[in-house]
Amino acid sequence: MMQQLIIYPLLFQLFLSIVLMFFWNKINAQKVISIAGSIIAVILSSYVFYYVWENGTQKVNAGNWDAPFGIVFVADTLAVTLVLLTALSGLAVSIFSAGSVIKDRLRFGYFPIFHFLLLGLTGAFLTGDLFNLYVWFEIIIISSFVLITIGGEKAQLEGAVKYFTLNILASTIFLTAIAVLYGLTGSLNMADLAGKVAAVENRGLVEVAAILFLIGFGTKASIFPLYFWLPASYHTPPAAVSAIFGGLLTKVGVYALIRVFTLIFVGDVFLGEILMVLAILTIFSGGVGALVQNNVRKVFSYLIICHIGYMIAGLGMFTEIAITGVIFYLIHDIMVKTNLFMVSGIIFKIKSSNSMRALGGFYANYPKLSLLIFIPLFSLVGIPPLSGFWPKISLIGEGFATENYWTVAAIIFASFITLVIIAKLWAEVFWKDAKEIPEKPKFEYFSDISKARKTQFILPIVFLSLISLYIGFGAEHIQLLSSRIANELMNSQQYIDTVLNNS
Amino acid sequence: MKTIILRTASNYLLPVLLLFSIFILLRGHYLPGGGFVGGLIAAIAFVFHSFANGLKNTKSLLRFHPGFLMPAGLALSFFSGLSPIIFAGDPFMTGLWYHGHVPVLGSVGSALFFDMGVYLVVVGVTLTIIFTISEAP
Repeated sequence: MMQQLIIYPLLFQLFLSIVLMFFWNKINAQKVISIAGSIIAVILSSYVFYYVWENGTQKVNAGNWDAPFGIVFVADTLAVTLVLLTALSGLAVSIFSAGSVIKDRLRFGYFPIFHFLLLGLTGAFLTGDLFNLYVWFEIIIISSFVLITIGGEKAQLEGAVKYFTLNILASTIFLTAIAVLYGLTGSLNMADLAGKVAAVENRGLVEVAAILFLIGFGTKASIFPLYFWLPASYHTPPAAVSAIFGGLLTKVGVYALIRVFTLIFVGDVFLGEILMVLAILTIFSGGVGALVQNNVRKVFSYLIICHIGYMIAGLGMFTEIAITGVIFYLIHDIMVKTNLFMVSGIIFKIKSSNSMRALGGFYANYPKLSLLIFIPLFSLVGIPPLSGFWPKISLIGEGFATENYWTVAAIIFASFITLVIIAKLWAEVFWKDAKEIPEKPKFEYFSDISKARKTQFILPIVFLSLISLYIGFGAEHIQLLSSRIANELMNSQQYIDTVLNNS
Repeated sequence: MKTIILRTASNYLLPVLLLFSIFILLRGHYLPGGGFVGGLIAAIAFVFHSFANGLKNTKSLLRFHPGFLMPAGLALSFFSGLSPIIFAGDPFMTGLWYHGHVPVLGSVGSALFFDMGVYLVVVGVTLTIIFTISEAP
């Protein structure tokens, strides 16, 4: 039973959603099961992480069919790290959902679908098969369609249409790319493809497949010309849903890009240059977009795009140190972005508005809460001991070493513009004198709700802030982890040997 | 559509279609068929019944909400996938087979239970969707 350890986080999420479906009409029971289950999922994922850290890459052949013929699940250090981060964000958002999402939404199966989303994410990180990756992406987007439309407000549906259209298009392009690659090599197993793609003579078609993958995953990761769906939709659903979307959905696109471009399409100079240019444009457009927004959640949405640029830039440089920076940034970003959207939820709950101009006076009225929110906000900027600072050292240093001065300039520009935006947000929302916002008649304000529910709002933010602080102050550990992952990604032979049993 | 011909026919067609759906389900391992198609045919049987006799009668015939079939089917499929881990220590979804001949069914293995789960899920989903739409004002 221990050989299958790595797929237990996956099976557990499936089990949890099935159990939750049996309690369809019992919302309070669903809350308890979801939170308790998420805690178990964190413990399970931590154990899997520890096991892989000690024993190296593990694999499971689903259905006992050997690779490359069957579907394999592979847990290398990158995969288990992301599974652990998914479980951590899942736990935080599960608690936050229990407090913040209204009954009319929970009634329609919010929690089961939420755990199906986590199942899809866990599966996408663990699978070693390209077509299976597509299937997990489908599970992710189908669940996210339900979560984004649940409740059925007008603005929500409008955002959902944009989200739906572009994501379906991206999936179709991704599927086309798989078809091209399968036509060329006759294999879908990623480790097997690594060898076979290198041997294909028709380099032009391989290039086409690579670009199709870039477009498909790029749309999901919201890189430069394909990001418009994100700021149009992420501010519409409840804050809890935005939190899991903002934290993990774009990152699964980044993960897929990292996996495909470090394992299958390796050492392509042309592609590296495209990635670099796209990264600079992504950073620029996201940063400038965030600068002009007034809605707090739209600001965060644009910042997601801006910071995706860092990771794409690191991937474009394609050296071990740059990839270390990318992985570190990925770890930091998942925690902080999840946290920030929950922060936007709590701001909305207190003042019934997300407009920066209308808000104000938080520091005077809620000093302790403001200090708590300070942690994720300034971790995002990367004020030195906090977590956003460390990966930039690797990225900027490596930018100089590989003489990509434009990339360095873009990263510095983005850090600066993030600082300006967060400082503006801090000044407007927290320091400025409070303004009178006309009270909404039917709105349930933060001061009206019970103490238990207040805890459900605050606790997840505290939890993720503590992790962010650990990433900042324990940067040595995260750097060690990231450099090990980067090493595994750059020397993919060991991954290939594990999957194909060539040892 | 309350014609006497349709109503009389539907009374006879319901059991026939249900039997046929089970035949298709069992046939599915080596030949075209399986849980998905079988589930659709079973759903059609109930939809046909509701056309002829009205939604209320079909619901009272079913006794429980068809949505309940979704988690039930998922659970059945899930445990059939889990069974090799529990009983044989093989990876998830490995086929476990009973090595003997079962009359009517042929050979029985975990794949059959997986397909039955799919069958239940498809019936549940289809009926939930169609009932919800026909209930809408």
